[in-house]
Amino acid sequence: MDWHLLIAAAVKIVVFVFLMTLPLVAMSVWAERRVSAAIQDRVGPNRVGPFGLLQAVADGIKFLLKEDFTPAHVRKTYYWLAPALTMVPSLLTCAVLPFGSQLFGEKMVIADLDVGPLFVFAIASLTVYGIVLAGWASNSKYPFLGGVRSTSQMISYEISLGLSIIPLVMIYGDLNLGRIVFDQAQNGWALLPLWGEGLSLKGFILAIPIFISFIVFTTSMFAETNRLPFDLPECETELVAGYHTEYSSMKFALFFLGEYAAMIIGSGLAVTLFFGGWSLPFGWLTPASPDAEVPFLHGCIHILAFFAKVIGFILFFIVVRWTLPRFRYDQLMRLGWVFFFEIALANVVLTALLLWWLG
Amino acid sequence: MAIIVQRPKLKWWENLYLPGLISGMRVTLGHFFAILLRKKKVTMQYPEEKWDAHLPDHYRGAPALVTDDQGRERCVACQLCEFICPPRAITIKPEEIPAEDKWAKVEKRPRAFEIDMIRCIYCGLCEEVCPEQAIFLRKDYAITGTSRAEMVHDKKRLYEIGGVRTGLVNKWNELK
Repeated sequence: MDWHLLIAAAVKIVVFVFLMTLPLVAMSVWAERRVSAAIQDRVGPNRVGPFGLLQAVADGIKFLLKEDFTPAHVRKTYYWLAPALTMVPSLLTCAVLPFGSQLFGEKMVIADLDVGPLFVFAIASLTVYGIVLAGWASNSKYPFLGGVRSTSQMISYEISLGLSIIPLVMIYGDLNLGRIVFDQAQNGWALLPLWGEGLSLKGFILAIPIFISFIVFTTSMFAETNRLPFDLPECETELVAGYHTEYSSMKFALFFLGEYAAMIIGSGLAVTLFFGGWSLPFGWLTPASPDAEVPFLHGCIHILAFFAKVIGFILFFIVVRWTLPRFRYDQLMRLGWVFFFEIALANVVLTALLLWWLG
Repeated sequence: MAIIVQRPKLKWWENLYLPGLISGMRVTLGHFFAILLRKKKVTMQYPEEKWDAHLPDHYRGAPALVTDDQGRERCVACQLCEFICPPRAITIKPEEIPAEDKWAKVEKRPRAFEIDMIRCIYCGLCEEVCPEQAIFLRKDYAITGTSRAEMVHDKKRLYEIGGVRTGLVNKWNELK
């Protein structure tokens, strides 16, 4: 048994998941409320702590202290299982995201899998079970409708989500997220090929299919994380609160946290695939090879760069939420099946043709 | 009568949805940065900032009793305000002014004067009906208390809020 590996993995899990991602969840809830408030000319939570930053702590305490009420008409086992099933897969997907280059000679990724994006999609699609179970176990009308909607929505967008990253995989010829990031650090980010080998006609032409897949990927990510303009599972105006209508206290908080954690992981994946993950622009502070020693300071800067990009992407998520109205159900289905599925497929063919043409 | 609204025929770039997203973001981000950079201010942070300086002269806040410039109470306990008060918020217990008092001719004064601020509707009828100009609606509006008893303003509290008001008062007029 290699104790060194185990301890390193445990430390990375604790630091990355519990000390970075979960506080980021809390902060993004706060950011969501403050940004939406500013967009609507309001103030938002600004009383608890400096700038209201501790609002999430107060909310958490409130959720913990509230009565954990289970309605009499629900199916208890599934009702209790559902919130956990929403929260856990969101956090599990953290495992393959490279959130930094190296610190103390350790790769800053919890599990350096060679099937990174596949793992993320496999686990992330499990969140739908939590929502479906919640809707069904609640044994009442609106949660049920929310659960059903969620199933069809997530299944529709799963396909275009998976297909949209195939062009990237074809271009990089790799499924290891760490190596994809390193490639982008050296040869220009997928969407900004402005240095290294990317700064060439080939790089610019290949940016076209990458841009298409970025749009498909981001939009499918919105649908996959149930964010507006695709938050049909819980649209308040039609379904009260959708699948979590019957939930209260900490169980509701778990749904809430799961949604935001999924959003953060989605942002992390988008940043990793399209914006060069932890790398700085123009190849600054890039190690010579994937396994080369990285100085401690550079490692820290890489982690900060990753989180800065993720936070920027989360802010984009938030602004989009408060800008666009909700899609109608048939529009959502049409967009998923008629447009994105075809666009993603055509994009794969386009990338293949371009790669063949460019050699 | 039914009105048929023609759906607008969208151009292809409008159908793309992305230009709509961008123009929408321009609106929301415009508001966002205007608020963030404090170019625009809508909210007043209430307990810290108040509108008090801008209250109009006719503002109807808490009713209160006033004393005249010599510190004498104006109220003669005629109970008109008590009778006119629509929610019956005012309770007055009058007493007789003893004969040896200099102002025995005034005859009555309030022994107790209570206004229940839970009942008060700030209508201002008490102020209108008062023949002695002894009760006025002041500009206090944040009347709070932790119990029902605390919300009943007694005579002492009413004079505290009311303060001094100068001007003609009938009962101190020796000729009347």
